[in-house]
Amino acid sequence: MEKKKTISVMVENHPGVLARIAGLFSSRNFNIESLAVGETEDPATSRMTIVATGDELVLEQIIKQLNKLIDTLKVIDMSKEDYVERELALIKINTEDKNLTHLMHIIHIFKGKVLDTATDSLIVEITGNDDRINSFTQLVQTFGIKEMVRTGIVALTRSKKQKE
Amino acid sequence: MRGAKILLESLKKEGVDTIFGYPGGVLLSLFDEIYNEKEIKFYLVRHEQGASHMADGYARSTGKVGVCLATSGPGATNLVTGIATAYMDSIPIVALTGQVATSHIGNDAFQEVDITGITRPIVKHNYLVRNSKDIPQIVKNAFHIASTGRPGPVLIDLPKDILAGEVESFVYPETPNLLGYKPKYEPNKMQIKKAVELIEKAKKPIVYIGGGVIASSAYEELLKFIEKIEAPVTTTLLGIGVVPYNHPLYLGMLGMHGTKYANYAIQESDLIIAIGARFDDRVTGDVKTFAPHADIIHIDIDPTSISKIIRVDIPIVGDAKNVLKDLLSEIKEKRHPEWIERIMQWKKQHPLTFSCAGEGLKPQMIVEKISELAGPDAIISTEVGQNQMWTAQFYKFTKPRKFLSSGGLGTMGYGFPAAIGAQVANPDKLVIDIAGDGSIQMNIQELATAVKYNLPVKVAILNNGWLGMVRQWQELFFGKRYSYTDISGSVDFVKIAEAYGAAGFKVEKEQNVEKVLKEAFNIKKPVLIDFHICGEENVWPMVPAGGSLHNMLEETELA
Repeated sequence: MEKKKTISVMVENHPGVLARIAGLFSSRNFNIESLAVGETEDPATSRMTIVATGDELVLEQIIKQLNKLIDTLKVIDMSKEDYVERELALIKINTEDKNLTHLMHIIHIFKGKVLDTATDSLIVEITGNDDRINSFTQLVQTFGIKEMVRTGIVALTRSKKQKE
Repeated sequence: MRGAKILLESLKKEGVDTIFGYPGGVLLSLFDEIYNEKEIKFYLVRHEQGASHMADGYARSTGKVGVCLATSGPGATNLVTGIATAYMDSIPIVALTGQVATSHIGNDAFQEVDITGITRPIVKHNYLVRNSKDIPQIVKNAFHIASTGRPGPVLIDLPKDILAGEVESFVYPETPNLLGYKPKYEPNKMQIKKAVELIEKAKKPIVYIGGGVIASSAYEELLKFIEKIEAPVTTTLLGIGVVPYNHPLYLGMLGMHGTKYANYAIQESDLIIAIGARFDDRVTGDVKTFAPHADIIHIDIDPTSISKIIRVDIPIVGDAKNVLKDLLSEIKEKRHPEWIERIMQWKKQHPLTFSCAGEGLKPQMIVEKISELAGPDAIISTEVGQNQMWTAQFYKFTKPRKFLSSGGLGTMGYGFPAAIGAQVANPDKLVIDIAGDGSIQMNIQELATAVKYNLPVKVAILNNGWLGMVRQWQELFFGKRYSYTDISGSVDFVKIAEAYGAAGFKVEKEQNVEKVLKEAFNIKKPVLIDFHICGEENVWPMVPAGGSLHNMLEETELA
């Protein structure tokens, strides 16, 4: 059965690391849904957050293959952790001849921010998990989405709470 | 000190005594250093692919890391087949490539290719050196990566200015600086315990071994193990030689051209103990019908090999030698008289045989003759195809690291340069490449290398005038439509040998086989023997691609 997994990969910040990870996914025929890369608190290390899909055997294989890369420091299977995840989307919505009050209402409910306004469109910033962004885009579909960009999911494990 | 000198000094620190390679524009400063080099012997090849396979043959026959060197661009791309061959079979080689100057990288400069990009999926790791002073640490890391854990090829790309650049002093690091690379050698005790329980319960166990047993030098432990639990043992192509052919528990190779009794045993077993093998499709056939009654214990140093193709019951990540030692100390002696008796029956009923009908020499007979005359210390390489399978089936190996063959990638043209590499590493041993008339022509130019360095490699060409294995499939599965597999009369091999300064023989009659082999083995220079074998001989038995191991085709069934 197809499942989705969020995987966090800490890698040495060397040139070509991203190509090694991306190449692994294509050469092993793994499905990647999103990939977000950035520096961490330690500039020598990058963190990649990968959302991958596949059956259980494939997802297990993805984690092992990521671990096998020489530049990989640590692979965290987020599904086995308590974690938070967020994604950011910028969406340019058509506003021509449309009920702006209704649109502003939706943006407000989703705690969105309007970053730019023009006579015929708005750019809205939405953060949340995958579902939240998907529901927002569905709701504003009627207005017409002119363009959209998403960062892909980033995730961090929660710290252990004191005195459990 | 120049970067090039730093490189050579670093290689010496790693114990490198041999480099196979070819010069080129960006490597001039390195070759200028090699010119004065005394401790490392350089072998000039005739094509870079040859250098990569020589490094591989050197590595497989010794267990040491093989080193090859090629210039940027086409030199580097010519190494690619050899690197992929080593990668698929987990062979430790370090490939050094020249690169255009760092200031030119990305400009499509003359003889520039992105070789680290090209080789990324076929190396264990690779490096593009960006600073001359990084050379020692990168060399240290490269040799460490290539030779530890599951071994494999590592490539170091060396731009022209990095080789020419000056570094104040040479300091070789004592340790690699690899933060995330820690192969797991010691098995988990809990897993050992679970495995022992399963082994003690099993009534029909079988041990299935691969190249990992050789990589870990676990020969003695393996023999003790199979004897202690009285389990029959079958091998992949790469595991050949670990168990002597005449060991009573030995079933030979399994899979597509394995023995019937090995495949039957796998299919009927209730427990498979896989050691350093990876359930390749040439081994399993149809995965769904593979070993339907068996639990599987899988021992491998590479976790990605485990449950990649078949979900196993007990994974044990660790070095085969350590795992076997732990199992041996935990396990009680076991006997399986009924199971062994059943296997003995199969062995009697379905031995590997060949018929003697038809024109021309029987290739299997030639392999048996070579086996008889060459002695237990001879090193045998093969090309790929029928020659390879007949050797795997009929050559009587008694020691590991004596059989060199491209299993995973199936590289035609591998055997001859690999034999040269093995001869360099083993100057006193008899080294023989058992070849086909197709594959020998893929790297035949290395005759010049063998002659130039007086490497007395023997090549036994099983010449049937066909690209035999493909022809076999066309015969069996494509209505005998022999599309572009007829290569008869392509060349006079004796003249080729003589033209290069080697000795050449042609053998067409059975009574001459032994005589010529004996003579060839006594000639202290390269010898090429052209055996004219019967044209349409097939490799039997056979599991058709994607078929089940218990449904093996045999010659008699088709007649």
